[in-house]
Amino acid sequence: MTMTTPLTPEIVSHEGNSMVLSMGPQHPSTHGVLQLMLEIEGETVAKIDAEIGYLHTGIEKSAENLFWSQAQTVIERMDYLAPESNALCYVLACEKLLGITGEIPERANQIRVLFGELTRLASHCVWLGTHAIDIGAITVFFHCFDLRENILDLQEAAGGARMHPNYMRIGGVNGDLPAGFLDKLDALIEKFPKLMRDLRGLLQANPIFQDRTIDVGILPAEEAVRWSVTGPALRASGIAYDVRKAFPYCGYDQYTFDVPTRTEGDAYARFLVRLDEMEESMRIVAQVRKRLDVPGPVMTSNPKVAAPPKETIALSMEALIHHFKIVSEGFRVPPGDVYHAVESPRGELGYYIVSDGGNRPYRVRTRPPSLYNLQALRGIAPGNFIADLVVMIGSLDPVFGEVDR
Amino acid sequence: MDAVMNAAPLWVVILVKSAVLLLVVVTTFAYAMLFERKILAWMQLRPGPNRVGPWGLLQPAADAAKLILKEDLTPKTADPLIYRLAPFISLLTAFSVYAIIPFGASADGSAWAIGNVNAGILFVMAIASLGIYGISLGGWASGSKFPLLGSVRSTAQMISYELSMSLSFVGVLILAGTTSLDGIVNAQQRWWFLLPQFVGFVIYVITAVAETNRTPFDLVEAETELVGGFHTEYSGLRFGLFFIAEYVNMLTVACIATLLFLGGWNAPFGLGMVPGIVWFIAKVACFMFFYIWLRGTLPRFRYDRLMAFGWKVLLPIATLNLIATAVWVAYWGK
Repeated sequence: MTMTTPLTPEIVSHEGNSMVLSMGPQHPSTHGVLQLMLEIEGETVAKIDAEIGYLHTGIEKSAENLFWSQAQTVIERMDYLAPESNALCYVLACEKLLGITGEIPERANQIRVLFGELTRLASHCVWLGTHAIDIGAITVFFHCFDLRENILDLQEAAGGARMHPNYMRIGGVNGDLPAGFLDKLDALIEKFPKLMRDLRGLLQANPIFQDRTIDVGILPAEEAVRWSVTGPALRASGIAYDVRKAFPYCGYDQYTFDVPTRTEGDAYARFLVRLDEMEESMRIVAQVRKRLDVPGPVMTSNPKVAAPPKETIALSMEALIHHFKIVSEGFRVPPGDVYHAVESPRGELGYYIVSDGGNRPYRVRTRPPSLYNLQALRGIAPGNFIADLVVMIGSLDPVFGEVDR
Repeated sequence: MDAVMNAAPLWVVILVKSAVLLLVVVTTFAYAMLFERKILAWMQLRPGPNRVGPWGLLQPAADAAKLILKEDLTPKTADPLIYRLAPFISLLTAFSVYAIIPFGASADGSAWAIGNVNAGILFVMAIASLGIYGISLGGWASGSKFPLLGSVRSTAQMISYELSMSLSFVGVLILAGTTSLDGIVNAQQRWWFLLPQFVGFVIYVITAVAETNRTPFDLVEAETELVGGFHTEYSGLRFGLFFIAEYVNMLTVACIATLLFLGGWNAPFGLGMVPGIVWFIAKVACFMFFYIWLRGTLPRFRYDRLMAFGWKVLLPIATLNLIATAVWVAYWGK
């Protein structure tokens, strides 16, 4: 790709019939704060430059100043639509560095898988709703949020907060599932097929929707690999790469699920792949649900990272000391570096974590799937209409908390 | 009543009629908007406006107060005269149509309308076509890029759809043998033109949606593509005027559909005991509901597809429909 002069809002026209249009950062369909500098001829996009960074919050830097366990609270806020995926990836990376991956209780892993999939469902609900609004169908949004509401209720029940429950812990999860949780989960599993049928019914066979998405933003497989695209966008181009299958974590290899793929690589294929993925997620959730009837510990008993049970504190000197140390100065992680990846709703989410042996991370480097997926826009957008550009952004599903961090 | 009307000079009668009608249309607009919000809310699993007054019935008044109190901005780059004038063009043309629309008929057969023009339908078409100037000039004069794109779209859309719409009218005119609106309604006493002109009706409905820039043809203000389209830069009351014009136009096309295809104030199935005006209002309300239903259901067309659809699908079908109607009337009579 040749470098071109960056487009700025001050440029009225580059040459001839073209006009420079600044789309964003307050544009309704740039999903947050993306600014796209477009050079348009009529309504056709000739050149496109994505300006990112409007939502830069310095989360990676903040994490360096927080205890290992505290850092997770800010890290959850990167991809605010799938907080559990971020938290899960971070705690898995820390556990790898601590060498306690094998000590995580079975039930904790099941709960992690449960929330990993629920958060994927919730995230895809937001994607579907906003994607539909971008294309002009306003009703889908509310039905998607109706489904998402059920999931947020579950997150609230388990973690105490709706959007950022901060429920994962290095060493397990924060407390067992509350009473009544499994009934709510059963109710969701029960009504999910109907809700999903409604969502599909609103768009999938709609001729106008198909007209707007089929053959729009075609991303060929080799192009997708070249841009490091991952997640549903890659799978819609025909490459069945899913971290859950390729590098299973949290016992994903014990569950039966398929990796939906399509070969067309257009916006409609990405739409179908995500919808199929929602159904696969629910399949995993149903399998996890069956195993959750068996009680068990949800936190490692390793006193190095887990605070001892509250009732032992009054009885044992060591327990009191461990508790005090973990609360007041956290725990230390042996020096070294580690990379761990999970399959977030948007693709391969990875954390590269460096420890200097202290009680705070030395460096937390994120591989946000949205950032990489968004770059593909530069390859697929030119030559298309502004209306198609909106569809493409929506079908790549970027989240700017994650892109800008 | 008649005695008073006969005694007063004509201009007073017309003035009073106009004032009453204006009031009725504006109130109808306000509640059409509330109706739309309530229906949409019902389709979208939410309660809709319910804070201002019982069932939100005073919501239109609150909206109006808000819009009036908002600051009226004119961008520095705008052409001030045309920018300020454009909303009035839209509003004026939207209201003017009501000068000739009949809402019912007295027992002696005279229509309830301010003016009874014998070329009524032509007047409607002429005025409706003028309305687009408000949108395209407003967008152009804003001196801003998104409105410009919106106004270019509006011009293209109008040209593509006006033609098919006119052709769908002509089929009705051939059957009715008159261009006056009450004449067309009277010609539908036996059966509505919906039956013989079904194709024409479908074309009219599609073009009417395009004409009023509503989903799925709301390209002119496509929020997710062009921010606000032609009215991006408008605020306060001027934005409100565009808003009123859009809804009044919706009511207009619903009235025209009722008059031309749905039998006007003629009662269906011999239910003559219910007054004609009730039927008229009911038919208009059904059409409005259909409009809102469309908005709740359909995604938006893409600009080029919309043009292709207008020229390559609607126009040929409308032409064939017209020829078929003409041949049928010529050979088999009425």
